[in-house]
Amino acid sequence: MALSLFKTAEITPPADIEAASLRSDRFRLEREVDWQRLDAIVTALEKNAPRRISDDDLLELPVLYRKTASSLAVARETSLDAATLSYLEALVRRAWFQIYGPRIGLFGWLRRFFNGGWSQAVREIWLDICIAFAVMLAGLLVGWILVGRDESWFYSLVPGGMAQGRVPGADPEILRETIATEQSAEGLGVFAASLFSNNTGVSILAFALGFAFGIPTLLLLVYNMALLGAMLWVFADAGLGWEFGAWLSVHGTTEIGAILLAGAAGLHVGRTMAFPGDRSILAAMQSAGVRAAQVMVGCTIMLIVAGLLEGYARQLVGGTGSRYAIGIAMLVFWIGYFTLVRKPRERET
Amino acid sequence: MSASATTKTAFTNNAAKRARRLITPEGLSLPLTVGSRGARAGALMLDIVILFVGFLLFFLLLAAVGIGLLDLDEGSASANPALELIIIMIILLIFLSRYGYFMWFELGPRAATPGKRLVGLRVAARDGGRLTAEMVIARNLVRDIEVFLPLFFLLGGGQGEGAFGAAMFIWLAVFVLFPFCNKDALRAGDVVAGTWVVEAKQAKLQEAMSLAPDRSTDYRFGEEELAVYGEHELQVLESVLRQDRPESLREVAEAITNKIGWQLGRGDEREFLEAFYAALRGHLESNLRFGKRKRDKFS
Repeated sequence: MALSLFKTAEITPPADIEAASLRSDRFRLEREVDWQRLDAIVTALEKNAPRRISDDDLLELPVLYRKTASSLAVARETSLDAATLSYLEALVRRAWFQIYGPRIGLFGWLRRFFNGGWSQAVREIWLDICIAFAVMLAGLLVGWILVGRDESWFYSLVPGGMAQGRVPGADPEILRETIATEQSAEGLGVFAASLFSNNTGVSILAFALGFAFGIPTLLLLVYNMALLGAMLWVFADAGLGWEFGAWLSVHGTTEIGAILLAGAAGLHVGRTMAFPGDRSILAAMQSAGVRAAQVMVGCTIMLIVAGLLEGYARQLVGGTGSRYAIGIAMLVFWIGYFTLVRKPRERET
Repeated sequence: MSASATTKTAFTNNAAKRARRLITPEGLSLPLTVGSRGARAGALMLDIVILFVGFLLFFLLLAAVGIGLLDLDEGSASANPALELIIIMIILLIFLSRYGYFMWFELGPRAATPGKRLVGLRVAARDGGRLTAEMVIARNLVRDIEVFLPLFFLLGGGQGEGAFGAAMFIWLAVFVLFPFCNKDALRAGDVVAGTWVVEAKQAKLQEAMSLAPDRSTDYRFGEEELAVYGEHELQVLESVLRQDRPESLREVAEAITNKIGWQLGRGDEREFLEAFYAALRGHLESNLRFGKRKRDKFS
């Protein structure tokens, strides 16, 4: 069949139906045009170009699909033409995937997500959030206490590159410099972008490690918070605890919240694996995984916000009070969002 | 290696092992084939190669504009706003290629990354329902510890750490070997998301077979001559006729004439086979309508 490049393939009516000597071939020739119409529609859908489908075809799509499906059922019982059977099977399978495929576009999904899908998923994993929160608090205390009792712990906890002069016994002036503001916004965009990509990597890791019963997730949370605890002790030791808290709270309330949620999501999957309840492990894991995935998308969004706050707001806003104000406002905003936003009543089927 | 016959049976056994049934809401059972582990590994390699080549092109483009890699450190960024923008773009590009690439393509109507499309695979929901966005997201987040971490680990990052490195290696090996421990070749991400990867082959509609001139008057086959073969042989004969290679036509024609005790002149192979095919298929299909199936020549 010669195809011109710029025209869609015309569906050629089959050859003389009466010429076929076999009944099953006649059956096929009578229905061939419908199959090819369905084929053309499915191909257009697969190419994500539904505009190419003519109105008539679109109106008849359900009919064409059912016709083809019933053709397949009949052909299985009456025809021994292997090529036709495999064609029909492939066609019905493709049509099925298209017709029962995801019906909601990316924007529709996002709208549903922000209108309650996300906050509902967060509320559903409240128990894991509580566990993760307790573990993080423990990590913070561990970091603080360890470094407080023996300063050499600091060096085993904090990797050298991260400390940047912020070590126990450092000159308070140097420490004060590290939490001061920048003179201008130049170069901060890069800082924000790299922070975001790094933190999101850590969060995704926290979620993905939940697959091993959640234990590695907990370890990751403890370790990360112990780092923070150690840092906090260093600044508190130099009498800068209050200022450091302000510097941290600008983005920390959002970022630590995101890490908390990511850890809780990982823990949720791990906990479901260990205690699937009265369903099979696979079914329980699937519902947990899908719920946790929603929370994770939200985490990424929170981390974008945190990256911007950290890259710009923290470095440009100087006053301790205004820094605390930003941090606490963000915290209130997130808690309010997760507790108050309800899913709309109408459920799409 | 082993003889071709044994590899062939091994392959068909493997394919039979991967066959699953999906019951659509219309009550029609559709055959599905779970993608083989080799094909999936191949698809992943292809995707990684595509990403790698994409990066290469991106940096070549930058070089063409006159920005070398050496200019891209954070110190010089504050001096030049354009450079700063490019560095931000690179950071976000790396991030997106790691997480966004797979999700974007699997959320599309084909539910397959370019690599999967090339080897003819797609993602589907395991319970026969719809593949939702959340499923795709979940399976791709877990990919991080299954693919990228081992990749970074192997590319130099963790070997020199003694006991910790070894433990890490074992831990990651568990995930890499996960698909070999279940019959549906699920990776950890598939388990979490409730998805599986199935073959999505497309077939073209071939010509109808019995449009050839009717020769049932020239060749008359009796009941006992048609009773020697079954459906399997009919479909082998069909593929031989569709491929239309003279030497295989001759071989098959000789085998059939020997079996039914006919003599055949040279040059008539195709005509004879078409006539025999039509007669045999008519015979088997009419039996089919009476509920009698003959799978192959032995049954």
